This record gives sequence, structure tokens and C-alpha cells, in this order.
Amino acid sequence: MDSLYFFMDSLVKYGYLQNAMIAGVMVGTVCGFIGCFIILRGMALMGDAISHAVLPGVAIAYLMGFSIFIGAVITGVLTSLGIGYISQNSKLKDDTAIGLMFTAAFALGVVLITLQRGTGVDLWHILFGNVLAVSREDLWLIFFIGLLVVVSIFLFYKQILLSTFDPVMARAVGIPTNAIHYLMMLLLSLVTVASLKTVGIVLVVAMFIAPGATAYLLTERLPSMLGLSAVFGVFSAVTGVYLSFIYDVATGASIVLVASFLFALSFFLSPKQGILVQKYRLWKAGV
Amino acid sequence: MGINVRVNNLAVSYNGVKVFENITFSVESGQLVGIIGPNGAGKSTLLKSILGLMSIDRGEVEILDGSISKARRKIAYVPQRNDINLDFPVSVEDVVMMGRFPHLTWWGLPRRKDREVVTESLKEVGMIGYRHRQIGQLSGGQLQRVFLARALAQEAELFFLDEPFAGIDISSETMIMDLLRGLRNQGKSIFVVHHDLNKAETYFDTLVLLKNRLIAFGSREEVFREETLKEAYEGRVSTFAGSDKLMVVNG
Ligand SMILES: Nc1ncnc2c1ncn2[C@@H]1O[C@H](COP(=O)(O)OP(=O)(O)OP(=O)(O)O)[C@@H](O)[C@H]1O
Ligand SMILES: [Mg+2]
Repeated sequence: MDSLYFFMDSLVKYGYLQNAMIAGVMVGTVCGFIGCFIILRGMALMGDAISHAVLPGVAIAYLMGFSIFIGAVITGVLTSLGIGYISQNSKLKDDTAIGLMFTAAFALGVVLITLQRGTGVDLWHILFGNVLAVSREDLWLIFFIGLLVVVSIFLFYKQILLSTFDPVMARAVGIPTNAIHYLMMLLLSLVTVASLKTVGIVLVVAMFIAPGATAYLLTERLPSMLGLSAVFGVFSAVTGVYLSFIYDVATGASIVLVASFLFALSFFLSPKQGILVQKYRLWKAGV
Repeated sequence: MGINVRVNNLAVSYNGVKVFENITFSVESGQLVGIIGPNGAGKSTLLKSILGLMSIDRGEVEILDGSISKARRKIAYVPQRNDINLDFPVSVEDVVMMGRFPHLTWWGLPRRKDREVVTESLKEVGMIGYRHRQIGQLSGGQLQRVFLARALAQEAELFFLDEPFAGIDISSETMIMDLLRGLRNQGKSIFVVHHDLNKAETYFDTLVLLKNRLIAFGSREEVFREETLKEAYEGRVSTFAGSDKLMVVNG
């Protein structure tokens, strides 16, 4: 309780902690939303790829002095186009194309950043986040990205749902499933940028899939999966920031650990799917 | 009665490997059309080409007197069962509501009329009692009925079903066939990919027999002849002595 009091006290006192909290709440919500569709579309690996592929864009943006937001989106989307191009024009499967493209992009990013050592760009912070350095501008950026993502999902909910659930019918009735695929890739790149300071590039994929996967085990309707996933995302972010503050450990990693812990809970204890719950039922039925 | 689907000199390939060529036929409204042929004959591919989902090498497909793009919302499709993720978090009602999506604007929400149509369609296939079930918790036959309800809710002119009777119980099959006949009698055209030749003979008005080309097209009498079946099934056809019924031995 002492540490909770200490945390609350600091939260009131320090602006940087408030910013970290607000960023965490927004990032948790947005990652939770987009993550559901990533899971249902079987794109977890793609999410990992896009988030890593954002790195060279961020590096070039620092180098040339324009917004990292633009750089990240450009390389994120280019990578997803490259992945599509390779898998359509060779006999390689998607996962091979993904593995090739994103490691290449990531390596390019690392080289570009290490090239400009001494200019104050900290590779560690881009890779793993630096939530205590979230500025006002960062908060606004996260807010607008979040708004864009949430509005896109609500506006195109029907099209995204149908093209995810039954792509053949979706195409048959004229829904541009390819455009929707690239819209998802674009949103993924944007959310990665939004999460840069909070969890960083390397771990952000966990924020895409852990809350969504947790929710997936607990519900049977998409709207409630979206809602729960956002709640788990926010809970992980807030608890993660708290734990990292109290124990003075890396914030992004703490957030991801909380999210993973939630997943483990629902994996073992979910009323319908939980492994332990099923074992218990079998045991009880046997008696 | 107008022509509903006209396929002219159609050729389709995957990555340069030809599936079929030279397919020409047309189907009037009010027909139950069976697409039959051995595994790999190109049945699903033909369906997808008519739906405008394949890039075609040659020839053209006309639907409802126009190109496919104008007719899209009037086309209902029932997927093959193993193409569906049964763990997807949607209920029976959600799936049937998808049939209404082509009638809504891009961002519009379903209205009361749409919900009524969904309820009606679910009643027609006898699945109203399951409306809140997640789709993974249905039998194969029930699932097919739900997808048929989705097609009904779409109020389409053309229906395309890929192997709807694979692995389902006889009562569901009978019910689906009755519904399809009802649709046919309302002047709709229904295309069904089908495996079981014995039933195909009684189920369909018109048959398309494929084996990497159009082996035969037309009425039962025209298609169910020994030569055509032997050609399609490479001689694995035997005739029962004393009857002119044909039997196909697959595999
Ligand atoms: N996506 C694809 N890429 C490459 N070849 C394909 C693809 N889909 C089908 N084929 C090939 O095209 C041919 C026709 O396939 P199609 O699925 O149309 O057959 P089918 O008649 O529906 O068979 P079945 O009875 O097994 O469903 C087959 O030789 C198949 O191997
Ligand atoms: Mg097939």
C-alpha cells in the first residue's frame, strides 16, 4: 500500500509521470483494438514485421530532420508492399517473405542509427521505449493516431469484418479486400509509431496480440472481444508503468509482462476455454 | 426468361498452369445448375471465375446482362465448410447479417428492416432457435443452413454454393434442397458444386460436367451418358446390368 501511495503522490507531483500514464492508456486502447483484427486475420507475424520495419523510417527521419511519423509510415507500408510482392512473384510462402523483409529493414535501421552516433538519437530508447520522456507533442501525436485508428475501424467495421471472416464472399460482393489489407498495414505502422515511446519497436507486437488473445479466449462476439482487449491493453499499460516506477525497471518490458500474465490467467482459467477449468470439469464429471 | 449467366470461351490458369479452356455455356433464370466432375477438374475454379474472383486468360463472363461489377450485390456465395474459421467470434445472427452488408451504405448501420430480413431468413432455414450461438457450436448441416440463410438475407438473384452437402446429415440436405428448389421456382439461378453423381441426376435441371474442359452441358439426359461420364472419370464408370443407371466408382 505504501508503494501505491508513493506512486499516487508522484503521479500528482510529476508531469512526466502523468504523461506516461496518459500515453499508456491511449496506447493500450488502440493496440487492443487493432490487435483483435491482427489475431483474427492470422497476421501476428505481419504485425511483428511491420513494427520492426518502422525502424529505418525513424532513423532516416532523424537524419533528415523530418517527422518520425512520416518516416515510419513510409517504411512500414513499403515493407508490407514488399512482402506482398515477394510472396506473389515467387514460390516463397508469406512467412518466408515476412522473415526476409523485416530483418532486412530492421538491420538497415540499426545501421542508419549507429551511423549517426553522437547525435543524441538513442537506439535503446527507440527499440525499447522511454515512457518517462513522453512530451506534450507526443501525447497529441498518440491521440490523433488513436483517433484515426478507432474511427477507421468503426467506419469500416462491416468491410473489415466480412473480409476477415469470409474473404471470398467479401470479394464477390465487391469489397476491396486488398485495399483493406493495406489499410490494416497502414494502421499497424501508425500504431507502432504511437507506441514508440511507451513500449518501443521490439516489444510492441506483444501489445498487439497479448490483450487480443486474452480477450479471444474469454468471449464469443467480436464487439465484446474488442472491448475486453482494450480494457486488458489499458490495464497492462497502467500496471506496467506503475511497476516500472516502483521497481525502477524498463517500462515497456513491464507492460508486456503484465499483458502476458493476463494471457496466462485466461489461458488457464477462462470459463469456456481454460485448460485448468476443462481439466477440473473432466475430473468432476468422472467422480 | 432472360439469360442469367453467359460464359463464353473461358480459359483460366494458375501461374501459367491451365485449369480449363474453351468453356462456353449459358444459363437462363430459374435453373438449378449442378457443376460436377472429378477432383481437380476445376469446379471451384469455374465458380470463382464466374464470381469474378479470378483473372481470366481468355473469354468473358456476363452476369444478368452485364459485367460482373454491376451485378455484385445480387450474387450470393456459400463457402466450402473448411474455408471458414469456426472459432471466429461471430454468432449465427451476425453471419446472416453479413448478407445485408451489400444493401447498406459503406458506413451505414443495419436498420430494423435488415434485422427483420435476418429473422425471416433464419426462420426459413429453421435456425432461429440458434441465433445467439457461436458458429463453431453447430453441426455441419446447421452451419450450411446458416450460410444459406445469409444468402437468403442478401435477396440475391444468383446463388453459388461450393459443395454444400459435403459431410452433412440427410435431413439438412433435404431441407437445403427444398429451399433451393423454392428459390429456383421464384426465378433465381442457383449453381451448386456437387460430388455425388447419383443424387446430382435427381437434384439439378441443368448440369455442367467438367474435366479440365467442358465435357458436357445441358439436361440430365444429355450429360448422364456413358461416354461423357467415362470421359470425365477416366473409365472408372460401370453400368449395372439390367438397368441403364450409371454408377461411378471414384478413386
Ligand atoms: N490457388 C491455386 N494455385 C494453384 N493451383 C490451383 C489453385 N487452386 C486450384 N489449383 C489447381 O487447379 C485445378 C482445379 O482446381 P479446383 O479447386 O477448381 O478443382 P475442383 O474441381 O474444385 O476439385 P475438388 O473436387 O477437389 O474441390 C487443380 O489441378 C488444382 O490443383
Ligand atoms: Mg473444389
